[in-house]
Amino acid sequence: MSVRHALLALLSEGPKYGLRLREEFEARTGEVWPLNVGQVYTTLQRLERDGLVESDGAAQDGPQKTFRITPLGERELAGWLRTPPDLSSPPRDELVVKVLVAMRVPGTDVHEVIQVHRRYLVELMQQWTRIKEAEVRGSESDLNLALVVDAELFRLDSVIRWLDAADGRIKRAAAEPSGQPEATPKLKRPRNQRTSHQ
Amino acid sequence: MNPENPNGGTAMSVLEMRHVSRTYGQGAAEVHALDDINLTVEAGSMVAVMGPSGSGKSTLLTIAGSLEEPSGGEVLIGGAPLAAMSRNAKARLRRRVIGYVFQDFNLLPGLTAAENVALPLELDGLSARKARLAGLKTLDDLGLGERSSSFPDQLSGGERQRVAIARAVVGDRRLLLADEPSGALDSANGEAVMRLIHSACKRGVAAVVVTHDAQLASWADRVVFLRDGRITDRTAPPLGPESLLTPGPVQ
Repeated sequence: MSVRHALLALLSEGPKYGLRLREEFEARTGEVWPLNVGQVYTTLQRLERDGLVESDGAAQDGPQKTFRITPLGERELAGWLRTPPDLSSPPRDELVVKVLVAMRVPGTDVHEVIQVHRRYLVELMQQWTRIKEAEVRGSESDLNLALVVDAELFRLDSVIRWLDAADGRIKRAAAEPSGQPEATPKLKRPRNQRTSHQ
Repeated sequence: MNPENPNGGTAMSVLEMRHVSRTYGQGAAEVHALDDINLTVEAGSMVAVMGPSGSGKSTLLTIAGSLEEPSGGEVLIGGAPLAAMSRNAKARLRRRVIGYVFQDFNLLPGLTAAENVALPLELDGLSARKARLAGLKTLDDLGLGERSSSFPDQLSGGERQRVAIARAVVGDRRLLLADEPSGALDSANGEAVMRLIHSACKRGVAAVVVTHDAQLASWADRVVFLRDGRITDRTAPPLGPESLLTPGPVQ
């Protein structure tokens, strides 16, 4: 989540002071991403330094200081909205690694390992769904919350689907008598691969 | 929590499966579709049964609904063992206590939504007028009152499935059995269907929803995982939503 661009977005509606920005940020993200005051001010200072926002210089630093977006800031925001997030490189998914490793550890039932993770993910989804259940239609912040919750549910669901697929694939592979290749073929890395470890 | 159990304390179990097994074929060709299933569903609660195709999900549902007999073990509905019931008693149970929802709605095209919902009561011998009133009331309770005089082909897929759910809980039905209830629906309609089952549960119905879809299953109070006919795992009682909303630093 880019706090920087979220603040630019809030300022694109008109000048606002710091405390108000924090309140609106939390309301817009369905209060799923709480933000501390310090983060708001350090981010605003950096935005001001980079010429993306300006303040009424007269007032002292503090909650009443008003910020407004500059034309440069508006261009930055428009560009960011349209820049695809980095989904291109396969993330070094810890869960994928665990399942691959579980297949090789003697005395370990990979299906049982998969099930432990599946259960955990379903429990997480149950918690998110409870939020949806309590949701009251109508207000803008409820719509925001519903969108955030949907995003989490789809994300978790996709991990469960992968586990289901892996479960089935491993089961079928075990049932096939033909000798399976011992070595895992090396994946050719796509271009633009980030090499940084998380 | 449990409006049908004024005594409070332990909830009344609407469905109880004890060591239920189901085998098909004999000898070397014997297949265990279900193996030692233990499952209790109380009034007012929703249990989801998750598992891949062929894990025994649908067999579990047909046995719970008395449509098929187990090879071993016991099924109790409202505390009464099915094995001790006559064919007529079981048929009466299916007409009065159990409601079924399938993937493909099964509404009768020549009847309105209200008539479809009232049908099980009429078949059970209630007068057409009383059945119709009960059907309308259920549609109203579930927020479908406006569509009561529409025919199935005038309803969207999501609305048809919601009418099918109304039909499954009309009258005094206490056990709702659903097999992939939002199978062909998009996610918004799937959610509407699950909300409806959920609200039926809040009114005291016990529900078993069989699905491979985690988003559906996550509406349930409890999820059990089925694999090769056995229950291999269950979710812990869910934490409240506040557990996800505790403050944490933002990146």
